[in-house]
Amino acid sequence: MKTLNFRVILFIFALIFGVIFSVPSLTQSESGKKITLGLDLQGGLHMLLGVKSEIAIESRIKSMAASVKYIFDDEDIIFDDLRMIEGEKITFELLDKDDVARSKALLKEELEGTVIIEDGMKFSVTMTEEEIERTKQSAIKQAVETIRGRLNEFGLAEPTVAKQGEDKILVEVPGIKTQEDEQRIRELIARAAHLQLMAVDEDRNIRVNTMSLAEAKSYGDVILPDVNSGEKYLLRAIPILDGSMLTDAKVGFDESNQPVINFTLNGQGAKIFGDFTGISVGKRMAVVLDNKVYSAPVINERIGGGRVQISGRFEISEAHDLAIALRSGALLAPVYVMEKRSVGPSLGADSIKASSIALALGFILVVIFMVVYYGMAGIIANVALIGNLFLILAIMSLFGATLTLPGMAGIVLTVGMAVDANVIISERIRELLHEGKSVAKSIENGYSNAFTAIWDANVTTLIAATVLYAYGTGAIKGFALTMSIGIMASMLTAIVGTHGIYQWLLPKIDKNKLGLWFGIRTGGAK
Amino acid sequence: MEIFKYKKPLSLMNKSKRFGLLSITLLILSLGLIIGKGFNYGIDFAGGTLIQVQYKGTAPIEKVREAIDSDASYEGATVTFFGSEDEVVIRTKTSSKALGVDVGDQMRALLQGTGDFEVRRVDMVGAKVGSELREKGLMAMVLAIIGILIYVSFRFEWRFAVASVMALMHDVTIAMGMIVLFNVEVNLDILAALLTILGYSLNDTIIVFDRIREGIRTIKDPDLGAIIDESVTRTLSRTTLTSLTTFFVVLTLYLFGGEIINGFSFTLLVGVIVGTYSSIFVASPILMWLGFSVAGFREKEAEKLKREKEKEKMRAMYENGTL
Repeated sequence: MKTLNFRVILFIFALIFGVIFSVPSLTQSESGKKITLGLDLQGGLHMLLGVKSEIAIESRIKSMAASVKYIFDDEDIIFDDLRMIEGEKITFELLDKDDVARSKALLKEELEGTVIIEDGMKFSVTMTEEEIERTKQSAIKQAVETIRGRLNEFGLAEPTVAKQGEDKILVEVPGIKTQEDEQRIRELIARAAHLQLMAVDEDRNIRVNTMSLAEAKSYGDVILPDVNSGEKYLLRAIPILDGSMLTDAKVGFDESNQPVINFTLNGQGAKIFGDFTGISVGKRMAVVLDNKVYSAPVINERIGGGRVQISGRFEISEAHDLAIALRSGALLAPVYVMEKRSVGPSLGADSIKASSIALALGFILVVIFMVVYYGMAGIIANVALIGNLFLILAIMSLFGATLTLPGMAGIVLTVGMAVDANVIISERIRELLHEGKSVAKSIENGYSNAFTAIWDANVTTLIAATVLYAYGTGAIKGFALTMSIGIMASMLTAIVGTHGIYQWLLPKIDKNKLGLWFGIRTGGAK
Repeated sequence: MEIFKYKKPLSLMNKSKRFGLLSITLLILSLGLIIGKGFNYGIDFAGGTLIQVQYKGTAPIEKVREAIDSDASYEGATVTFFGSEDEVVIRTKTSSKALGVDVGDQMRALLQGTGDFEVRRVDMVGAKVGSELREKGLMAMVLAIIGILIYVSFRFEWRFAVASVMALMHDVTIAMGMIVLFNVEVNLDILAALLTILGYSLNDTIIVFDRIREGIRTIKDPDLGAIIDESVTRTLSRTTLTSLTTFFVVLTLYLFGGEIINGFSFTLLVGVIVGTYSSIFVASPILMWLGFSVAGFREKEAEKLKREKEKEKMRAMYENGTL
């Protein structure tokens, strides 16, 4: 018998490689890289979120207003009529002409990326185009990080949070068991967690129940409801400070053993908070979360140290989720659902079962057919086919690729198409045998004749698959991936591998038993 | 075993007018269906919500309908059995944007009291995403075709490229016609199936074309019709066999793959049949109608060969230091 040739050795290596690296996926063992099952197969939640970045712009303007107030108060510059207009700009008027130049210099220094327009003593401040774009982008980036942080803290297995396209966020959470959990996750993601400490407009608050929103706006105020009682408060629109100055939030318990949230402010926040409480003794300050008032205690004394508490008759799980949300930061821009797919675990399992049955049946049919039609040549082709399957699984495992339902269909289809190369080759070999060529020559020429056809056909299919991968989303990507891997693997197993096996077995091939070897009756060497 | 044993070329080209007529009729019918009736876009492309509910035992479909009709915001929602008697699918055009308000949650509340059920799947796609997906899908098709045109022109000749793309469009159009005819819901997986047909049918066509290219070089007869007849006949057994194995597999997928993958495998079944037909009877005649010249191709090939030989000679001379 001829010694092993490089083709067979290569094929054996590929086979060993395929088996070793597909074992972790097949047995679903703990160790080793394995194929991740797509959400359609293991169940879970898939969401595509849109980002309302215009809200981020608006809140940026709002915080600019807060800064202006803070700077001017600090520098004893007297001003009036500070207001925010349509979420686009802030305007105010200085009262002292001598302050104009100093104010301008201060604003320029403190407010980055703004255009400051002065008209006598009236000022208006807007953001530059680049600053608006930058704010939008950073809002999306921040939203991705915030949502990721929240899901991680929630303690879920391997959630995926990624920016998709220009302004979308893809969230995938596998393994959600109940509808309640899903709902809780949705709420956790959606929670803006926008914390604001706001002063109650004590002068006008008595009239809050009869006041229109427009009137409140004309005073530079907003009307917000209490989270539990629905009682209305008239609050200064520009907050004393907001959640961006928060460093930590924890669940605690008050005297009556009710859950509360304790949070700590950073240095600047603590100073602003201390200053404000110092001059506002006897007045009320509202703790506002996502535009709802949680508590509005009367300030009894100056509060230093930057420790604040929210009480609001929480459920313990609610307080827990809220603390997570506050800790991981506010969403600068709210998100909304553009696409949501949730698959129950039982459906995923059913899908795997159904497509595995289809895969196994299709595979068996093809294997039997090949043996019946081609004899030994069919068996060789089947060895290549099995090698091919292992290789696909191994390569997918190594890439940590995700196997989706269409991906499984891709594998099923690959099985059907992978034998194609061997069909082409076998037909070529038969043709040459019929012409009366020797077995060795028929095999060699059969391979070389078949090669260009297989190559060109596979490359064109790969082109289509690549486009599919580049343009597809989720499931389609999975399909394109398995098909591409399948095509490439089949080039190795069906062309190189089987060729090697023929060369290796050549001395054994009896030219009088072509029926057994190639499934043909007549012909053969003359 | 041998089914298609080569004896003498089939005279396919003589009958090409008949097949052409058949193809054109099918194409017109398909286009008529696509334009006249239009696709039944699923929620992936049209936007909306789909909820799959499994009941313990037979699903009380009438009760489900009543429950859903009781809420005016779900007007036009449809309820159908899904695969088996115990599973139903509810489709509605409504899609919620707010994370807090979920159509799935609302539906679940509405269905309370219709029986013991489990919500197995909730898909919700906003209208904006739907139109984006549709555009992207179309873009993918166009780009794939351009890529194929370039590659085949480079490896064969431009007429081969045009003929293969025309055969592709033939297959995809007929498959789309069948999708409309059988009212298959068009979702992302159907798009994937159509793109697979693109790849599959191309595969088939290229293998026939490869044989024609080879025939032009080896067959003495200068008549393109005779070369095509011989090449197609010689590849006939491969074309049929591969189509048969693929057909087996897709058929098992269709029969046993479950309801979710039904539309996908149906589309593939059609694609395999049409793709096989077109690579045997349609692609090559187009080549002939495009006025492909055997003599011209041979001349070009000869020139290419000559240039390569010259290059080799130069290289040899250079290596020998005689240049």
